[in-house]
Amino acid sequence: MKYLALIYTDPSIAPPPDPSRKMLAAYQAANAVFQRDGVMLAGEALQPTSTATSVRVRNGETETIDGPFAETKEQLGGFYMFDCANLDDAIKYAAMIPGAAHGTVEVRPVVVFA
Amino acid sequence: MCRASPPAVTGARQAIEALARADTGRLLGSLLNHIRDFQMAEDCLQEALESALVHWQRSGLPASPAGWVLQTARRKAIDRLRRARNFERKAAEYAVLLDLDRESVECDEPAAIPDERLRLIFTCCHPALDAKTSVALTLRTLCGLTTREIARAFLDSEDAMAQRLVRARHKITRAGIPFEIPGPDLWSERLNAVLTVIYLVFNEGYSATAGPTHLRTDLCEEALRLGSLMKVLRPAEAEIEGLLALMLLIHARASARSDPYGAMVPLDRQDRTLWDRAMIARGLAELDRALSRHSPGPFQLQAAIGAVHAEAPDHAATGWRDIALLYDGLHAMTGNPVHLLNRAVAVSFAEGPEAALSILDRLEADLGQYQPFHAARADLLRRMRRFDSARAAYRRAISLSGNGSERDFLSGRLEAIAEDD
Repeated sequence: MKYLALIYTDPSIAPPPDPSRKMLAAYQAANAVFQRDGVMLAGEALQPTSTATSVRVRNGETETIDGPFAETKEQLGGFYMFDCANLDDAIKYAAMIPGAAHGTVEVRPVVVFA
Repeated sequence: MCRASPPAVTGARQAIEALARADTGRLLGSLLNHIRDFQMAEDCLQEALESALVHWQRSGLPASPAGWVLQTARRKAIDRLRRARNFERKAAEYAVLLDLDRESVECDEPAAIPDERLRLIFTCCHPALDAKTSVALTLRTLCGLTTREIARAFLDSEDAMAQRLVRARHKITRAGIPFEIPGPDLWSERLNAVLTVIYLVFNEGYSATAGPTHLRTDLCEEALRLGSLMKVLRPAEAEIEGLLALMLLIHARASARSDPYGAMVPLDRQDRTLWDRAMIARGLAELDRALSRHSPGPFQLQAAIGAVHAEAPDHAATGWRDIALLYDGLHAMTGNPVHLLNRAVAVSFAEGPEAALSILDRLEADLGQYQPFHAARADLLRRMRRFDSARAAYRRAISLSGNGSERDFLSGRLEAIAEDD
């Protein structure tokens, strides 16, 4: 099954785009494990929400809003896409994401269309 | 013209009710072996039970009612899968199920149906489900209670409970919660999650004083049944025996803990001749077995505390120092500050309320919003004859209490001070 792991952290702890060298090393070590186990389909860090643009189409008009969909203290800072046997495995790998140690990682299964 | 149901009708209905109660876990577990969709497995089982009612009223009970229901449920599952538009692609996935249909299970006795209840309970108590949902799902699938019975037990509406169960079954399937016995790396954590759910069922029954008690299923009995089931499914596991011992030792006091008017009687005022000595003996034997395995855990320590109470001739002559030590051990194991509160109460009986009050003062930051903290503090202050402070603490406890009989009890204590003063 595919799982998207969404990494929510308080940007004051790990401000992108200049994370500390320690943080980068921690992510590199985690990536090495994910790749060794063959579970990582994708994984990226995101620019801070101050760079976000929210887009919606209403009555055929494209509206853009400066900022994220929701203003919260913890922000979506990055993600992984894992391919795992089940939720237990997905939780195991999500817990290895360095951001889980101070923020929260939301694990969401990907819909399989029949 | 109106007439009573013929014997075949009531016979079939009773047989089906008994079967649902005794064998839901086995049947559902067996279906989940081949059907990944939890909701579909449950629906097929329900439909099979409905078919059973029609068929058994007409033609009498089959040789193996459980085998009949299992085979019918499998056929219903196969029918649904055949109707699904992606059947061709999925056929390989369901090959085993299709094979099973070709061989008859009519002669299967319930005991011959592979017992997958351990996998089932680990699925129902997976930590990705919230505790109340796990409790409800476990009662539904392992205890065979109806949604209505579970809703009543929790004073919830039947609709809300049904929705909670449907959401849980969908989450199990869609999020890929495994139908597996956890491996060694997850074993103790997951076993603790299962035992905690069973203990929540027990505590819900234990504190079920709100609402019409006679309408509520005895959740303490259900929890004991689940504890015994865990022991059968996984013998020689110290914490399972510890939980069973704990529940037996507490349940043994059931008839002493409320007065004839249903009001709560605290431990120090209980008539100990009402304690069920046979149940206490079973609890103590279970605890001895657990401790002999030298694999300590929080349920065994709590059971040991229950054992100290069970063996004490009265409240004053209780081994309070032992109890304080056991709570220390529990706190060291779990980090839960509530164990320190209980330790302080034990210290108050061993050394006096002054020693305990200074312990409580250090817990205020962690437990300031916790009703029992203020109730314990009020009692210490009352025993120290600091009545004004005691009254204030009782009022705070009452304001934090969510349970009617608990509030009545605390109000009674508050009024008793007014008379003393």
